Order: sequence, then structure tokens, then C-alpha cells
Amino acid sequence: MSTLTGTGRARGVGTGAPRPDGIPKVAGTFAYASDLWEAGMLWAATARATEVHARIRRVDISPALAVPGVRAVLTAADVPGRPTFGLDVADQPVFASDVVRYAGEPVAAVAADHPDTARRAAAAVVVEYERLPALLDPAAARGAPAIHPDGNVFRHLRIEHGDVHATGDVVVEGEYEVGMQDQAPLGTESGLATPTADGGVRLVVATQWLHVDRDQIAASLALDPELVRVELGGVGGAFGAREDVSLQVHLCLLAKATGRPVKMIYGREESFLGHVHRHPARLRYRHHARADGTLVKVEAELLFDGGAYCSSSPAVLANAAFFACGPYRVPNALVEGWAVRTNNPPCGAMRGFGSVQVCFAHEAQMDELAAVLRLDPVELRLRNALAPGDVLVSGQRIEGAAPVAELIRACAEAPLPADDEPHPMALPGGPGRTTGAGQRRRGVGLAVGFKNLMFSEGYDDAAAAEITLADGVATVTTACAEVGQGFVTLVHQIVHEVLGDVEVVLAPASTASIASAGSTSASRQTWMSGGAVRLAALEIARQRDEAGNGAAAAGPFTASVVHHHRPTTAIDTRGQGSPHVSFTFACHRAVVDVDPELGLVRLVDLVTSQEVGKLLNPLQVLGQLEGGAAQGVGLALMEELIVEEGRIRNASFTDYLLPTALDLPELRVAAIVEEPEEHLGAPFGAKGVGEAPTISSGAAVFSAIRRATGLPLRRVPVRPSDIALAGGAP
Amino acid sequence: MSRSFRLRVNGVEHEVESSWEGESLLFVLRERLGLTGTKGACEQGECGSCSVLVDGTLVCSCLVLAAAVPGADVRTVEGLGGDEPTDVQRAFVDAGAVQCGFCTPGLVVAVHDLLDRHPEPDELTIREELAGNLCRCTGYGRIVEAVRVAAAQRRAAP
Repeated sequence: MSTLTGTGRARGVGTGAPRPDGIPKVAGTFAYASDLWEAGMLWAATARATEVHARIRRVDISPALAVPGVRAVLTAADVPGRPTFGLDVADQPVFASDVVRYAGEPVAAVAADHPDTARRAAAAVVVEYERLPALLDPAAARGAPAIHPDGNVFRHLRIEHGDVHATGDVVVEGEYEVGMQDQAPLGTESGLATPTADGGVRLVVATQWLHVDRDQIAASLALDPELVRVELGGVGGAFGAREDVSLQVHLCLLAKATGRPVKMIYGREESFLGHVHRHPARLRYRHHARADGTLVKVEAELLFDGGAYCSSSPAVLANAAFFACGPYRVPNALVEGWAVRTNNPPCGAMRGFGSVQVCFAHEAQMDELAAVLRLDPVELRLRNALAPGDVLVSGQRIEGAAPVAELIRACAEAPLPADDEPHPMALPGGPGRTTGAGQRRRGVGLAVGFKNLMFSEGYDDAAAAEITLADGVATVTTACAEVGQGFVTLVHQIVHEVLGDVEVVLAPASTASIASAGSTSASRQTWMSGGAVRLAALEIARQRDEAGNGAAAAGPFTASVVHHHRPTTAIDTRGQGSPHVSFTFACHRAVVDVDPELGLVRLVDLVTSQEVGKLLNPLQVLGQLEGGAAQGVGLALMEELIVEEGRIRNASFTDYLLPTALDLPELRVAAIVEEPEEHLGAPFGAKGVGEAPTISSGAAVFSAIRRATGLPLRRVPVRPSDIALAGGAP
Repeated sequence: MSRSFRLRVNGVEHEVESSWEGESLLFVLRERLGLTGTKGACEQGECGSCSVLVDGTLVCSCLVLAAAVPGADVRTVEGLGGDEPTDVQRAFVDAGAVQCGFCTPGLVVAVHDLLDRHPEPDELTIREELAGNLCRCTGYGRIVEAVRVAAAQRRAAP
């Protein structure tokens, strides 16, 4: 097992430098967006639709206005600018006015003296509905009457690669289903908006992308973007949930309407209703292979339920399609995908972004193919493993690392845990002690996955950075959203690496101080904003060298950089092109104990290997590997938003189950593969590492459960009834 | 209905004025006393982010009415150490147990409580004891390591 620890002392790249925000966070003094306070501050709450699909006959805010302590109640009529917002397409109303398209859609927002007053007033808003037939089945969306002027298909994508009519000696078919996962960051949506003297507004908010929030706020408030100043508040996790606008526009409208600072914190239930989720997916596969196991062709049909509004559905679907076949050499492929609109809750970005859903399916298919061919599943994977220079189903050739075989071998060869009778607390069912001795069955499963880094298909998601060096202090400015991943640590390490022994000060992230950093998503900030900081530091170093040892040596020196990744291309009508900048790979091996009678599963052991480009901070990388794996395991075993008739039934931490410390074993790291991609533009050769661990961890657990039970399970999360009632028992 | 009462937090007496009786200890700590180190993330005692000690007992402050604990000794994350971080707080930073940090104050309080009761916890004990504190970032690996580090340091201390 390799170890990923740092000394916590040294300061350049490659060391386990401690987080600069670590001490304030453990002391409780770090200011999250929910901790902000201003004199005269009001509290806001949202009134949300109770119907799934309905025409709004009338909205009566007078009962809300009559609640003592209420200062403003706003509806769609109070939106001076663009009535809609959206990350990709502005198709979602700031407030529903004519039609409600999902249960939980905002209808009005309230500002009051006390948060409970605001909530009571929001509940007092009366909405009269005329129910419309709800479109709840994504499979019916394409043929159903449009539930939105933009239609019911967010994107249809068809990849035709090689000979789509090729056939293999053996064919394995399977249909799979992935449930709706929630990012569930511990910090709920929160922010504080304040009207400014110049007629604008200042918003301090927990977000992943300051500038795209600013532009959407400015459009809906009909303000010049310069008059909207968005600053990063402390962010309590994100995982994709904060890439879309939630409360941003509502807060700014309320601040302008009342002339006072207005704060809002979503409760947990509202958080579940108020942000996008991971797309539930239905996946149909047909794998063709030669008798020796060589893959000949993969056919896949992907149906992603995007819910009521677009969010990032087109890009999620594209990712699912591009990575649908897994990190294998697939000479011929026919992949067809749809992301559709329904009256279910809206879905968008979550860690792994499309690659997670398909990994469950392509890895189950590989296991089934191995069984049919009587091959070892590891051997089958090795035989087809992608390697540098290979061509993906998008037609793109891999120009960087692709150590897929190495990653698989590392996990497969890691020692297995002893199969002694576990401590009763560590049996399936855990401290409930429901599983008796001798009732457990053990299974081992392996999965490997990959995805892209940065935005794709021709998008130029550049990142800006500025450094000023004066009197030995390097002040670094970027708009990169630190959401917990540790970018703030990397800034210090990168500047120390390039400029040596200087004091590093990271300026607050604000749209007022610098251009966009792009989104904290797509595993992109190490490469993009980290790359921008490195380039700016190099320019400072050049200026400092030029100044020599004279009077000018103390500076100040200033460098501003906008860092673009290498260009990518759109895809053609057959889904072919060079849509991606770079890729990231990970492998997991899971060992589970299953109680087949009760359908309970215990994850006994989890081993991983990952390709990282170059390690910038081993301690932080380990944190990403462990945390990312936990989210994949959660999706395999327990995490699902249960949506019945369009309504989320478990919008609480009592009913939406997150893995606890007792549900997870200690992750063992079998290999960290460093193949620096400086030739592709990676700073120091390093890649973002946050998403890859979430892709294959759950698929490995799924595979292990299938092995342990011998059941052809088709769905995640695996529910107890899927195991216990398989085959029609009781 | 509102009332005034006294609350002793981290050894300091506070007069809480015109608090609505339904306000939780979490709300009063954060919004009336300005002690925002204690976090709220689920409002129903599932996540442990709001963990504080009341007369030495670990509780979820979102489930305790502030008006029910006058006279009790309330200890929050702000009151664990003096000006310097405690051994547990230091171990969390050094072990890499902090990412977004939102769960951290509650976990730090819970780990102090754990180590006071179990000075030499094995891994299963650590995981069972901390199962009431949800963390979404770390997968708990570095948190368990931080507990081990803090426990080892206490054993080694003279």
C-alpha cells in the first residue's frame, strides 16, 4: 500500500502543507455564508409550489403581508429584468407565475424581522392552482405534449464510432437504473445581500462560480453587471449543488425592495427542494466481444431524467455518452442518449457528472461478459484496458496518461482482508445485530472509470489570476470558489514553489476585483486557477530577476494572467471530434458481506488506485480519494431521493441516508500513478483529483454485491428488498 | 411569547433578552449571542453539526430549547481551548481532517467528549462514537486519524 501523508511543515508543491483556513475552521471562527450578520438585517424565506404541474390561477400575498414583522413579499411581478435564469439555457422562472413545473418551485419570497416570521409568512402565501397532467416518466417525455415552451428534450446525442454494424462472437445485454442522488453538502444554501449606494447590490454567498451568479442576478434585476458585486462567503461543501442559482436572485431582489441587508439560510428540507440533483438514469447496453474477450462493439442507450428545467443537463448527458463504454478500447460503438424534461425535480451537476451513472452499467456489463466467456473479470478488463494513443468512442486520441491496466492491477493485487467472522458490530446490519453468525456471504468486485477534466466541446472556461509582490508579500487574487477542496492551500504552495520564501496573502474572491475563474467543478480549478496562479508567479519571478539587486528589487511587481486550456472542438453529427482537454482515471476494489435473507450489506474493505498527473499535496489528495469514494459508496448502498408522483418523500437527513463513519471502512490506497501532463498544459503536470474517486467506487461495491449474492442486480442504490425478495420469495 | 433568562456559555454569563420561548439553544447561541462556531445543518439531531456540551453531556443544540437550560454550563467549540487550539483541534488540522469544515466544530466537540470517556479508543469505537456526526467531504478517514493522533499524544504526554 502506498502512503499519502505529508509533513505539514514544508511549503512548496508536493508537500502535505496544512490548510491556511484550518485553524479558523477547527476553532469555529471561520465565517461561512450562514454566519454573516449586518445591522438592521432582515431574514428571508421562500414560498414554494405544492403542486407538481399546474397552472397558477392566482397568487395572493396579502395574508403574508399581514403577518407582523414582514417587510416585503415579492413575486414574479416584482422581477424587473429577465424573468428566468439558468446555467445553460435561461428556462427556469425566478418565480413561477403562469405554470408550476415541479413541486418545490419558488413562487414568492419574503423578508421579515425574524427567520420564523419569514417562514410563517411564506407559508401564508396563497396560490390557487389548476392541476395539469404531470409528465413523470422520462421514457414518455419525447412523445408527450411539451410541458415547457422549449420542449421536452434538453439534448439528444448520437455517437457513431467505427462500424456500427459490427458484431461479436458473444453478445451480452443488460438494462440498468440509477436512482436520484443528492449532493447534500453540510452547509445549506445561504447568503446575505445588501443594497449599495450606487443603486446596485452586494451579495456574499456560498457558491461554486461567482461570475455566472453575478450575470444571472444582473439580468433578472436589470442592472449593469458592474453594479452587482458577488463575493464568496464561507462555503460548507458543494459537490455540484451550488453551480446553479438557488437563492441568489431572490436575496438581491429583497435587498433592493427593502433597502436593507437581507439574509437567507435554507433549512435542510428546502435545500433538498432548492438545488439540482444527480440525474436518475435508465441505461440499456449491448456488448459484443470476440471469444477471447476482446471488445468488438458497445451499444448503449442512455435516458437521463433532467426534471423540470435544463440546468447542466446537456453537458451531463454528453459526459455520460462520451464515457459510456468505460476506459476500454472499443473500436466500434453506437451510443444514443437523451436528457429529457419531466415534472420531476430538476437535475444537474454532481461530482462525477454523467460518468458515475454509466460506470455502474459498463462495469456490470464487463462482469457479465466475463461470466459468459468464463474469464476472470480482472483479466477481461486488462485485455481491453485503454492505453495512451488509443482512440475513444468520440474519435479523440488520448494524448496524455491512461494507465488503466496499471490501476487495475494495483487494486486487484492488493491483499484481501481476512475472512474471519467479523465483530458483531461489523456484520451486515451493524449495531442492530440482526445478522447472525454464518449468515453472511462475502463478495469481491472491481470497477474502473474515467472522465474529462475541464469543460468540453469547444468551451473556453478560462481562469484569471493576479499577483502583486511588494516588500516580500505576495498578494494573490482570483475568483476561484474555495468550497472545501483545498485550493487555498495550493495557492500558497504554488507561490512558494515559484517565488520562494515570500509571505502569501490570498485576497477575498469577488467579482469586483478580478475576472472569472470559471466554475469550481469538472475537477478543473487545480489546472485552471492553479495554472493561472503559477503563470502569474512565473511572470513576477521574471520581473524580479530583471530588477536585479538594486533599489527596484523590493518591487512592487504585478502580473495579471488569464489562463486558457488548450482548445477543444465541438462534435460532428456522428458525435466525433476532440471535445476534451484531458482525462482522469481511477479504480476501486470492494469487499462486501451480504445477509441474503435480510438484504443487508456491509462494506468490509475498499482499495483504490488513481492517476493524478502529479501530486501537489498528498494529504489533500488523500482527502479527495476518501471523500469522493464515500459519495460513490453512498449511491451504491443507501443514498436516494425517493420521488413519488413528482414529490420528494425523504427531504431530510432522517430519511435521506448519508454514509456515517460506521458505514465506511478505512480506504486503502494501492497506487497513486503520477504521469505529469505538462505537455497538455497541466501546472506542474498536476490534475484535479476530486471526481474520479466517485465514479468507480460505487460500481465496485455494486459488483461485489452481485458477486456475493449471485443475483443479476440491475439498480442502484441496492435496496434490501432487491436482495431479500429476489426470485419472488415471500 | 418571549422571555428573558440567563445562560452560562463557556463560563460567561449572558442575559438573553426577549427570546421567543421556542428558540433552540442553537439559534440563541448563533443569533442572540453571536457564537456562530456551532453550526446547523439538519434541524433534527441527525448530523451532529450543532454538538455542544450541556453540563458535560454531548447534545445536539438544535434539539434543546435555550429556555430549558438556564443555570446549566454550556460549552461550545469556542470554549474548548483558550487562545491556543486544543490538542484535538490541532490534530484535525495536521491530519487533514478539515475540508469544507462545516461539520468540524461539532466533530471537535464530539471528539473531546469521546476522548474524555475513551482515552484509548479502537477504530470501531471511534467510528461508532462519531456515527452521529455526518461529514460529506472527508469520508471520515482523516477524522478517524485525527482521533488516533490526539489519543496517542495524550498517552505520550507526561
